[in-house]
Amino acid sequence: MDLQTLIYLVVGATFLLYFVLAIVARAGTTSEFYVAGKGINPILNGMATAADWMSAASFISMAGLIAFNGYSASAYLMGWTGGYVLLAMLLAPYLRKFGKFTVPEFIGDRFYSNTARVIAVIALLVISLTYVIGQMKGVGVAFSRFLETSVEVGLFAGMGIVFVYAVLGGMKGITYTQIAQYVIMIFAYTVPAIFISLQLTGHFLPQTGTGAMLTDGSNQYLLQKLDLVLVDLGFAEYTGTPDLMNTFLLTLALMIGTAGLPHVLVRFFTVPRVRDARKSAGWTLLFIAILYTTAPAVGAMAMWNTLKTVQDTDEIGAPEGNLLYAERPDWMRSWELTGLLQFEDKNGDGRIQYYNDDNEDFAAMAEEEYGWNGNELYVDRDIMVLANPEIANLPNWVIALIAAGGIAAALSTAAGLLLAISSAISHDLLKGVFMPNISEKNELMAGRISMTVAIIVAGYLGLNPPGFAAQVVALAFGLAASSLFPALMMGIFSKRMNKEGAIAGMLTGLSITLLYIFWYKGWFFIPDTNMLPDNADNWLFGINPTSFGAIGAAINFIVAILVAKITTPPPHEIQELVEDVRVPRAS
Amino acid sequence: MEQRSNRANYWRANLKVLFGCLAVWFLVSYVFGILLVDTLNQIMLGGYPLGFWFAQQGSIFTFVVLIFFYAWRMNAIDKKFGVAED
Repeated sequence: MDLQTLIYLVVGATFLLYFVLAIVARAGTTSEFYVAGKGINPILNGMATAADWMSAASFISMAGLIAFNGYSASAYLMGWTGGYVLLAMLLAPYLRKFGKFTVPEFIGDRFYSNTARVIAVIALLVISLTYVIGQMKGVGVAFSRFLETSVEVGLFAGMGIVFVYAVLGGMKGITYTQIAQYVIMIFAYTVPAIFISLQLTGHFLPQTGTGAMLTDGSNQYLLQKLDLVLVDLGFAEYTGTPDLMNTFLLTLALMIGTAGLPHVLVRFFTVPRVRDARKSAGWTLLFIAILYTTAPAVGAMAMWNTLKTVQDTDEIGAPEGNLLYAERPDWMRSWELTGLLQFEDKNGDGRIQYYNDDNEDFAAMAEEEYGWNGNELYVDRDIMVLANPEIANLPNWVIALIAAGGIAAALSTAAGLLLAISSAISHDLLKGVFMPNISEKNELMAGRISMTVAIIVAGYLGLNPPGFAAQVVALAFGLAASSLFPALMMGIFSKRMNKEGAIAGMLTGLSITLLYIFWYKGWFFIPDTNMLPDNADNWLFGINPTSFGAIGAAINFIVAILVAKITTPPPHEIQELVEDVRVPRAS
Repeated sequence: MEQRSNRANYWRANLKVLFGCLAVWFLVSYVFGILLVDTLNQIMLGGYPLGFWFAQQGSIFTFVVLIFFYAWRMNAIDKKFGVAED
């Protein structure tokens, strides 16, 4: 069977599975639509949350990010996992005890204020919209790459599939499809990684393979060799540690942001008990860690495979040391067709030179002594995962699995975000603020309608991405860190925190963070409207706008505490509510 | 009144476990993985420089263990103070 047919079959089978699950698990009540009736087993919820969390970016792009940045990418690895420690200990069990449907609902009730609730809804909408646009685009790209459709057709197909199971099934349908999507995704990610690790180091586990010796007879460790060769080609050391301050701040911003993401938090509303919420967070992180500890191996090993394919690493600079373009392997040929890999013979020797020509000293030396006229190979970072099965000569069904895995990653995250958006509209805005007397049946209908509208808006924006879509890390994580996380945490851990403090904190945290991002990235990300160039020389105290969420969170905490000190304490029944949220047993 | 002080003691016990866990959380990521990374990188764990290993592997494993430890300790504390569900 040829590869394309096989991919259609495997991907088609996964879609069929999602549809069947959607019909079996369709939602009949608002509780099922918003929180799956609070009946999800904690281990299964762990899988669903892992799929909800791991997006197309985690699945396709993260290994490449690590491959090209080495140690510097650690902020993402630690930030996107360490956030679950905060979530498990500071938020999830208490929000589960609170026992209602949405994150803004907790903020509104705890701070006895519809204003606070609406601010939370606005933050949620900005965060989730920014996030979902990238996912819709990811669905389109994954379809187009694997199924040879155009990006538009892929995006419409993705919208149609999410429509069926999210509108029909609500949180319940989404949960069961996410569990299936997690299994597909993790299998597709780890199988090629295991084979590559076996080939390069003889280790079955990629996690230990990365720290092992190469089996090519060189008697050198993979990471050591990678450091040496990269430096010989003018790059920074793979394990080198530049700019530790921004690594620190970015890690912190990503951790706090992760813990404050509404579409992740709401997944912990779906388990039966408080202790299930705690345990479920552990399972979630375990399931995430399987991918996140494999990604550094995929990154390092794919980087090493790429380097040694084009460069005889013992003869850097020798004319014969570089691969003849005419003799390039098949996987390079097939990925050249996609444009993700490009070659330009700048010095006309018919060979591929791959090195860091941004390093001026090295480039001058290479031109003088090696006769190199610039880097000739462009490698897109997404290739590091997508081309892996071909690099390792794995059978076609593994390639088909990667296709299904990439699509599953994008669909599962998109569905979770769309649910967060639609429940904020139907439950928080409609039922909570504008139409408190709406019947349950009508609210469920409103939830389905707002889900449909959200899918259409997200699809439209996915096709015509606005400037902010590329700023997921700065905008989504920065705002979650600077607005929602501090308000939620103080709502639980401080009985004294009142309406005035929480509102002032959220508003200052949000606006200062937005201001700092816009200052360097342009107002509303419109190009050339930035007030200062976006580089380290101009940043305030050298703080990268992407890492600013951590500062925004600190400002939120400080302002809230100061304002709460000089205003009236919350009413008695609110202090009782906090007492109540803190203990698992219902009183 | 007695119920009130029991709740307060329960909360204090919770905070104690919480601070312990967060101290470890901070240590393995921010201290071992970032602040002391260059020093720890002098030590090798197989082919991994130790600081680099903490930043890309060790901290993540520790986080997983921490959450399960927290859940286990809290279940015991829930029972001890008689505030466990069912």
